[in-house]
Amino acid sequence: MKNNKLKILTNGIIKENPILVLILGTCPFLAVTTQASNAIGMGAAVTFVLLCSNVMISLLRKVISDKVRIPCYIVVIASFVTLVQMIVKAYAKSLDDALGLYLPLIVVNCIILGRAEMFANKNGALDSALDAIGMGVGYTLAMLAMASIREIFGAGTWFGIPVPVLKDNNISIMTMAPGGFAIFGILIAIINKASNGKAIKKKDFSCEGCPSAAACNGQNCAEKREAAAK
Amino acid sequence: MKELIAIVMAAILVNNYVLAQFLGICPFLGVSKKLDQAAGMSVAVIFVMLLATAVTYPIQFFVLNPNGLGYLQTIVFILVIAALVQLVEIILKKYIPALHASLGVYLPLITTNCAVLGVCISNVDNYMTATGGFGGGFVQAMFNSLGSGLGFLLAMVLFSGVRSRVDKCKCPECFKGMPITLISAAIVSVSFMGFAGIVENLLG
Repeated sequence: MKNNKLKILTNGIIKENPILVLILGTCPFLAVTTQASNAIGMGAAVTFVLLCSNVMISLLRKVISDKVRIPCYIVVIASFVTLVQMIVKAYAKSLDDALGLYLPLIVVNCIILGRAEMFANKNGALDSALDAIGMGVGYTLAMLAMASIREIFGAGTWFGIPVPVLKDNNISIMTMAPGGFAIFGILIAIINKASNGKAIKKKDFSCEGCPSAAACNGQNCAEKREAAAK
Repeated sequence: MKELIAIVMAAILVNNYVLAQFLGICPFLGVSKKLDQAAGMSVAVIFVMLLATAVTYPIQFFVLNPNGLGYLQTIVFILVIAALVQLVEIILKKYIPALHASLGVYLPLITTNCAVLGVCISNVDNYMTATGGFGGGFVQAMFNSLGSGLGFLLAMVLFSGVRSRVDKCKCPECFKGMPITLISAAIVSVSFMGFAGIVENLLG
């Protein structure tokens, strides 16, 4: 029993890391990882929203009828995102400026709706909370790794602290858009290599990598595949 | 007029939503395998972006701002967009089945597309205080949505071409699939960096 709980918690950190294995929530991942401190801020915001919404949805899972569940989830998630927006605006003005548009866009981050649909509406509140913490930590760690690479090589600093040698020889394209795409690709390739292709192959471009997997249950993709076959 | 053209050009080339601002990456990576699907998705995105801006901008201007409810922006916008997409789908299904057959499958996918919510929020942030009261800002916002949608179309169509070539090439086993796609996206994104400053120099 205790083992099971531990498994739920660690699942999101390594085995089903939302970014590097499930490839969910890529937009903010690429956009805000130019600085390690932004990555931590974004990771914390996402973890908070994920935790609150997972617990709330898990508690309400017997109340919400199946047909209207997606709009209900969106309302719950949007409320918590608004809460986070207010807190960040009030206490961390510089973070608010750095994250900008991407803070309200946590609403449409597929990790949160995805976990609500895949986990929270089938499990109890405690399990959902553990799942949310695991996923949130996994997301934050992946962001931190990516942001560290981009900040150290691109700007020659880490958390704003100058790194010797690299400070004077920075590769500034790393902090720009192309660097984000390229390093993300290389990171996934490394994970692929390390796990002998087991980690990602199956899930690549399947429904789990799709922003609306939660909403469509694979119907759209199935229809599209049929249409493509014809 | 010149100003509006500058807004559209800047949104298409310089601040391209996908390649420079990382919005709408999921459909960009997921639906760009075939040219017709990429184009269909993009047309649906342009349509929804224009419609969503046409609805959310007045809501912010006439309902939220005068009543001091600006903080409800996120909740209201996402619900309005979700309801709007549903409504459009129902209307298309009933009255224009041909269009529904070609765009219908993409519509539910767009509800949770961050590019649509992103364009609505950035329109409100950037153009709400523009001179000319409601009208001026609204026109600018609509043109920005149009440009952002067209930029999305351009990126999708270009990238589906790149991808059809990349998929046929040999690459190391661990780079197959997602990694090589991301790296080709990086190269396409580099090409868009070349447009920096073009709008100021042409129209400024």
